[in-house]
Amino acid sequence: MSEQSLGGGGADGRRSLVARLNAGLRSLPPAYGVVGVLLLLMPLLANDFFLFQIFGWAFILGMIALSLMFLAGYGGMVSLAQMSIAALAGYMVAILGDSGATAISLGWPWWLYVPVAILVAAAFATFIGALAVRTEGIYTIMITLAFAAAFFYFTRQNYTIFNGYSGFSNVVPPRLFGVNWRSPVAFYYLSLGCAVLSYFAVVYVSRAPFGLALQGIRDNPRRMAALGFNVVAHRVAAYTFAAVIASVGGILLVWQNAQISPGTAGLPAVIDILVIAIVGGLVRPIGPFIGAFIYVLLRTFSPDVLEALALPGDRFKLIIGLGFLVVVYWSPDGVLGLWERWRSRRRRRRDPLMDRGSEP
Amino acid sequence: MNDIIRRNPGWTVAIALLAAAVVWLIVAPWSAGMEATFGRKQIFLNALFNGITLGALYFLVASGFTLIFGLMKNVNLAHGSLYLLGGYLGFEISEATGSWLFSFVVVFIAVAMLGVVLQYTVFRRMEGEDLRQTLVTIGISIVLADIMLWLWGGPSYQILTPDWLRGPVDLPLIAAVRDSGEVIYLRYPAVRIAILVASIALGVLMWLALNRTRIGMLIRAGVDDREMLAASGVRVQIIFMVVFAFGAGLAGIAGIVGGTFQSVVAGEDMRFLLASLVVVIVGGMGSILGAALGAVLIGLAEQLGSVYAPTYSVVFTFLIMALVLAFRPQGLMGR
Repeated sequence: MSEQSLGGGGADGRRSLVARLNAGLRSLPPAYGVVGVLLLLMPLLANDFFLFQIFGWAFILGMIALSLMFLAGYGGMVSLAQMSIAALAGYMVAILGDSGATAISLGWPWWLYVPVAILVAAAFATFIGALAVRTEGIYTIMITLAFAAAFFYFTRQNYTIFNGYSGFSNVVPPRLFGVNWRSPVAFYYLSLGCAVLSYFAVVYVSRAPFGLALQGIRDNPRRMAALGFNVVAHRVAAYTFAAVIASVGGILLVWQNAQISPGTAGLPAVIDILVIAIVGGLVRPIGPFIGAFIYVLLRTFSPDVLEALALPGDRFKLIIGLGFLVVVYWSPDGVLGLWERWRSRRRRRRDPLMDRGSEP
Repeated sequence: MNDIIRRNPGWTVAIALLAAAVVWLIVAPWSAGMEATFGRKQIFLNALFNGITLGALYFLVASGFTLIFGLMKNVNLAHGSLYLLGGYLGFEISEATGSWLFSFVVVFIAVAMLGVVLQYTVFRRMEGEDLRQTLVTIGISIVLADIMLWLWGGPSYQILTPDWLRGPVDLPLIAAVRDSGEVIYLRYPAVRIAILVASIALGVLMWLALNRTRIGMLIRAGVDDREMLAASGVRVQIIFMVVFAFGAGLAGIAGIVGGTFQSVVAGEDMRFLLASLVVVIVGGMGSILGAALGAVLIGLAEQLGSVYAPTYSVVFTFLIMALVLAFRPQGLMGR
C-alpha cells in the first residue's frame, strides 16, 4: 500500500523499488540479521529494568550521539549543541503538550506537538548551524559549547516559558492504540524503532548525493566550492538534518524520564554526548549506539563494581573520564577502531602470505 | 588611530558621543527625573563596578587561555579546571598559613607546574591534532573535576579577605545627593578595587612584556609563524612550555581571586571555562587587548543585565557573542 502511494513512476517504478529493497536486504551482512533478531526478541530475554533503563536509555543517548556523529563524521563539524537541541525538543513537548506545570503547558494533541517540537528544534539548530559554520575545527566546538551553555542558563533563569529551575514534571507519552508507551516493553520497542529508523536514515543520507557532497566538503571545502556546491548551505542543512534525529531522541528522553529540567541539557550531559560519540567511534553510524550502551552500563553498574573494590561508589565520572582519556589517547576512532584493528591483525596472523589478496 | 578616525568620521563621532554620555552618567549626580526612570544611581554605579571587576577576573582567566591559544593553536578545555584547582589550593594554603598573598605565590607555581606537565604529556605529543587535543583536555577536565569533587566535596569555600583589604573604601564618585545637599560618595569593597588595579597592572605588564622584551618578541614571532621561528634556531618547545606555565599559573591565581570575591565550589570550572571561551571569541583569539575588551564587555553585560533585566542577563552575554560572530567572526581585536 505504501508502495502504491509512493509509485509516481507506475508499475515499473514499483517493481524496481521492490527489487531494490530485496537486493538491499540480501546485500546486508548476516550480522545485521543476528543483531536484529536479538534486539526484537530482547523482551523475552531481559527483565523490565534492562529494557527500560538500560536499552531504552542507550537507544536515546545513542540517537543524540548519532546526530553528533553525523555532523562530525560526515561533515567534519563537532557540535556540542546536540544535547541542547534534543532538550529543546523535549521542552517543546512539555510546553505544548501536557505536564505538571498546568499554568504553562498548552495541552495540544500529540500529533500536533510532536512535529512542532521537531520543527522548533530544527529551526534552533539551523540558527546555531548558520553561526557555527562561519568557523572551523576547534572554533566550532567552542562556539557550540557556548550555545549549549547559553541554553542551559537561559532555561534555568526563564520562568515564563521554561519554568526555570524546576522544569516540567509529569510529561508522559500519549496513550495511543490503548498502549501505555511508558511500560517497559512498549517503550523498548518505541525507542528501538526510532533508533533503527534514525540509524538507517543516517546510512541512507550518507550515501545520497547530499551526504556525498557533505563528505566532499568535509575533505576539501575549496574544491567543492569550485565545483559549484554551496558549501555553507550544505553545512547548515547537515545541522538541520542532525537536529531532527537529536530531537526525536530528546522527545523520547522526556517521555522516559517523565520530566525535563535545565539539568537535562547541563554541561555534564553535553559533554557526555561527546564522550559517547567518541568512545563509540565517529566513523560509522553504529558507533554512537555502542558508545551509549557502554556508557549506560558503566553509569548503572559502576557504583556496585566500585564498592565491590572498596572504592567510593560515586566516583563513576572518574571511571568514565579515565576511559574516555584512554580511548582518545590510544584509539582516536573509538571502540569500533579498536575492534577493526584487532580484526585486521588477526586476519593477518591467520594468513600472512596472502595478506591483501585474500580480502574482499 | 588618526587614520581610523579619518576613514570613519560618522562612527567616531557616534562612539565619542556615547563615551561622553557614559562618562556623564558616571560622574554627574542624577536628577530626580532620571532616578525615576533608571532607578537609583547607587544601583547603577554598583552594577557598573561589579561588571568591571568581574571583567577583571574574567581577564585573568581568559588572558592565559588566549595566550596559549594564540601561540600554540591548542585549545585547553581543562583551563577551567586549572582555575578551580587554584581556588581550592588557595583556600587550603591561606587557611593553613593565614597569608593571602603567600597563597598567590604557591598556587601560581603549583598550577604552572601542572601546566608544564600538561604541555609535556598531552600537547607536545599531539601537535597539530586539534580535535584530539581538545578531546583529551575534555577528558582531563572530567577527571580533574571528579577528583576535586572527591577531595573537597560539594560545599562552597570562601577565601577570607586579608585585614588590610577588608571593608569598603570611598570612591570620588557621587552616588546620591541628599535633600539637605549633602553628597554621598560611592562606597565600594576595597578588595575588589585592589583586584581591579592589579589586573590592569598585570595587563599592562603583559602587554609590555609581549611588545618590548626579547621573549615577547619570540612569542609574537611564534604566534605569526611557528615553523619559521623554529627553523631560525629558537627552541620553540621551551617557549611553549614557558607560555603554557604562565597561562596556567594565571588561571590558578584567578581561582584565588574568584574564591575571594565569590566562592570556590564544584562546577565553577565549567563556568569559567565558558566565560573565557566567550571572552576570547568576542575579543579575538590570541590578543591580550582583545581579552581585556571582551572581559569587560562580558562582565558589564552580565552585571548590568542582572540588575536591569534579571531574566535575560545570560542572553545578553551570548547575544554579544552571536553578534560578534555574525559580523566579525575573527573577534573584535582578532586578525
